Parts: sequence; structure tokens; C-alpha cells
Amino acid sequence: MLEQQLINALTLGSVYALFALGFTLVFGVLEVINLSHGAVFMVGAYAAMTAVTRFHAPLGVAILAALVVSGLLGLTIDALILRRLRARKAPHLIPMIATLGVTTMVTSAAQGLFGVEVQRFPEAMLPTGEFVFGEVHLRTLELGIVAVAFLLMALLFGVMRYTRQGRALRAIAESPKAAALLGINVEGLFMLTSFSAAALGGVAGVLIGLDFNAVTPMMGAPILHKGIAVVILGGMGDIRGALFGGLFLGFAEVLSKAYLSSQMGDAVAFGLLFLILLVRPVGLFGRVLERKA
Amino acid sequence: MAAFADFWATYSTLVYSVGIHALLALSLWLTLSCGLLSLANAAFMGIGAYTAALLTLNLHWPFPAALLGGAVAPAVVALIIGAPTLRLSGVYLAMATLAFGEVTRILILNLQITGGPEGLNGIPLLTTGWYIVVILAVAGYGLARIRRSRLGRAFEAIREDEVAARLMGINVESHKLAAFTLGAVLAGVAGALNAHFTFFISPREYGFENAVDILTMTILGGTTSLIGPVLGASILTLLPELMRFLHAYRLAVNGLILVVVVLFLPTGLWDARRFRQLLKNRRARKGGQP
Repeated sequence: MLEQQLINALTLGSVYALFALGFTLVFGVLEVINLSHGAVFMVGAYAAMTAVTRFHAPLGVAILAALVVSGLLGLTIDALILRRLRARKAPHLIPMIATLGVTTMVTSAAQGLFGVEVQRFPEAMLPTGEFVFGEVHLRTLELGIVAVAFLLMALLFGVMRYTRQGRALRAIAESPKAAALLGINVEGLFMLTSFSAAALGGVAGVLIGLDFNAVTPMMGAPILHKGIAVVILGGMGDIRGALFGGLFLGFAEVLSKAYLSSQMGDAVAFGLLFLILLVRPVGLFGRVLERKA
Repeated sequence: MAAFADFWATYSTLVYSVGIHALLALSLWLTLSCGLLSLANAAFMGIGAYTAALLTLNLHWPFPAALLGGAVAPAVVALIIGAPTLRLSGVYLAMATLAFGEVTRILILNLQITGGPEGLNGIPLLTTGWYIVVILAVAGYGLARIRRSRLGRAFEAIREDEVAARLMGINVESHKLAAFTLGAVLAGVAGALNAHFTFFISPREYGFENAVDILTMTILGGTTSLIGPVLGASILTLLPELMRFLHAYRLAVNGLILVVVVLFLPTGLWDARRFRQLLKNRRARKGGQP
């Protein structure tokens, strides 16, 4: 059933890519390894879950709720923590440690608020349609997940490439100082980046929650680790790399689970990450670009 | 005496945990003293714990020999993975060690000999207070000596400026490897001690969260002296006991501590230089003359 596996891989890979895109965006623009991205992802999933179960919102509205709630969380983290560290010009490891603290805080808060049990979306909410091509079953749900992920990614690529803000962001990624001298509102764009990156992470959370129909407070850690693997694979701060890296990891994981060993599938991501770091630290697609950290 | 016996019966495990966590925090302090942020120390602790437990369980080695095994096994692994990994700097190293930690955890989870997800059960209770006290004292003394030695000063030079250290003739690679490996040894011994008083170990105890816990202890206490990590470990081990009323939110306090310390106390709780500064200010305010 190779075709079926490929569909699963595409679904998973597109969500990995969406998640990693936010992670890599923050690194590229703010130069921060944001280890709270996994927690934000989890919050997004719970925002959608709450919208659906508490307020009986349709799925589209729930995804929108996840986008806004997690985006605001990202903005709060930036305003309360990252901005102060920027002002102090703290070395790179410091914001990384701080966001690690945020992860512990948010995860623990979610455990207190929602309990540790797995929550599920009501079956009646989920699209049940199916396209059958021979032996391959293509669920509408999977199709929707891939569509939402790619839509958001296309939106981001469009913004980065064609708009004024996108050009400004790319300028900041090259040099925040020069960008500020050119009259770019660097602080404002930092905040915009934090918001959009977290929003993408939150939507990725809903999509994974829908794909497996399971939402737990602990779902942030594994995806964070995989997201790290993806951005290392694609090159840190490289948004195209995040897209390819995410898809690549999706395929590598699903196929190794199907054809090697169901348990070792998770080890594939980290084995790959380890290998890439040793052999080619700039990532598979990264240009050789010396930028002293 | 009776009061002490009561106290000991209730709280001895807590005291043991403080000692073991202090050892872990010191292990990370050592790697940090060379400027390396490693998230692998929880994995090294696991390797030490499993090695020592398997040695006493299956091969019936005497405890001191098993402890030695628990120190050697992580050291060997650290030497093997350290050589290529330590070329990476800063955040890349942190992420590589994170990946190594995950691979280790998944391996422990899936191997036959480690008992898979159920872990190892029925490990003999061989760790006594004396083992912990003596090992902690030896480690503390050893680290204090290293700090004042050529080796320790080289670590410090590398942490402050790698290029300058290299220009001073310091072999940066081998010093980094030494710091990384010695840290692994300390973490492994801590794991071996821990395994022989908790009776039971499972892969869950050596994951990412535990690496973060070790980091939190060290950062909270402060890395400018050896007292810092021990203080941080003690506080974070005792704090959850005092915070029982917070129930599920207990861990949130750890996260909050990490954030607050990073934002407002960048050098941690124990900073000798700040204490000296405070004392000086006070004297100056009192009389004006020293």
C-alpha cells in the first residue's frame, strides 16, 4: 500500500512544514531559537478544541480561533520576554533558555486547566467524505489538512516575496541595524513576526490534532523536537528549506515506520538531525553562508 | 535522637534526591564552564543508571564496581559522540545534544536488555547516605581544584572567547571534549546512585524534561561558583514539596523560575561578585572609609 503511505506522509509532512516555518521565521528574523513554539502549537490545538466543544463553533471558526489565540500568545512572549532580552543584547543561548521556561509554564498550565487525558474532537464534526481510487482511500479530512497547510504556507511565501513588509523582513534578517537605518520599523516587524510565527504554529497544532484526533498537553514536545530536526535539515532561518525539510521528514518518518520498524520511526528524525549537523551543518539546501553566531 | 530518626524516616529520600540533583547540576556546571550548553546530561544520567543497574541485577557486581561502570559507560559514549559534535557552537550544539538525548531515550525504550517501556524493576537498594555524601564531597573538591587549575582556567578562557583562547595556545577541541566527558561521568554516577535507591528506572526519567530540569537547577543557582548549582538543586528539589497545594500547576513554578532568573538575575541566585559589591556599598554608606 505504498500510495496510501504516501498520502499519509504528505499530510504529516505538510503539517511539519507549517510548524517548522514559524520556527525558522523567528530564527531568521529575531535570531532566537524559540523553544516555546511546541507549547504554542499545543495551545492552538486546545483553542480549537475549546471553540468546538464549548462554543459549538464550526471547524473553520475553530481554526481561526487557534490562529488568533496562539498568535496572541506568541506576541505576549515577545513583549514580556524576548523584547527585554533584545534590549539587553543577551547572548543567543539566553532567549533559548527563557523560552524553555515558557514551555514548562504553559504545558503545566494546560495540564492544570484541561487535565492530562487525551481530548478528542466529536466525530460528527469531522468531514467524513472519502475519494476512492482503486485501493487508495483519500479522506476529505486529509485533503483539507494539506490544503490549509499549503494555503497558509503559500500566503507566507507571497508576503515574504512580494510585499513591502516581506522585503523589510528579509532586510532585517540580513542586518537589523542596517534595516533600522533605512527607516524600517524593526521592533514592530519583530512583533509581527512573533505573532505570525506563533499563529502558524497554532494552526499546525489544530491540524495535527485533527489528523490523529487527539489533543493532549504533552503534544508540544515531540513536534518541537521534530521541528528542530526539520529546520536543521532545511537550514536554519531558510523558509524554503523548512518547507522541503518538513515534507522530507514526513516521508522519511512514515515510510520508515511502514517498512522498517514502527517503533524506530521516531528515531529517524533525530538520527537525520544528528547526521546533518555532523556532515552539513548549514542544512541540505542551505547556502554556505558564514554568519558568526 | 528519636526526633531525628523520625525526620530521617520521612525525609531521607528527599535528602538523597537533593544530593543526586546537586551532582547532576554540578555535571552541567562543568560543561557550561567551558561554554557548552549541553542538553545531553539527562541521557548520560540514563546511560549511567542503566549500566549500573544491569551490572548489579544481571552480573551481581559489587556496588562500587557497578558505580564505576555507571561512570565509564557515559564517558565512552561522550568521547565517541563528542569528537564530531563539539565542532558545533552555541545553539547548534544545544540542538545536536537534544537530538542525541532523544535518540538515547528511544533506544532505551526499544531495546530488549533495558526492559523497554516498562524499564528495570527490582534494582537492589544499595545507595546509602554515605555513598552520596562521599561522592558529592569528592566531586565538589575535585571541581574546586579543577577550577583553580590550568584545565579550569582554560575552560574559562574558551567560554569567554574561543578565538582568543586558541591564540593563547589552548587546544580548544580537546578541552571541550574533556569538559563534555567529565560532565557525562558526573551525570552517569548520579544516575547510578539514583537507580540504586529508587528501586525502579524507566526511559521516561531521562528525557527532554529532565534535561531542562537539570538546566533549571544550574541556571537558578548561578554558574559563577560551585555553590550555585548545589543551591539551585536543593531549592528545586525541596520546592515541589512546599508547593504541593498547587497540584497540577506545580511544574509551572519551575518554568516561571527559569524565566524570572533569566530576565532579572542573569548570574543566578549565588553570585559572589554581587555579594561583595553589596557589602562594599554598605560599608561605603556607613562610614565612607574602608
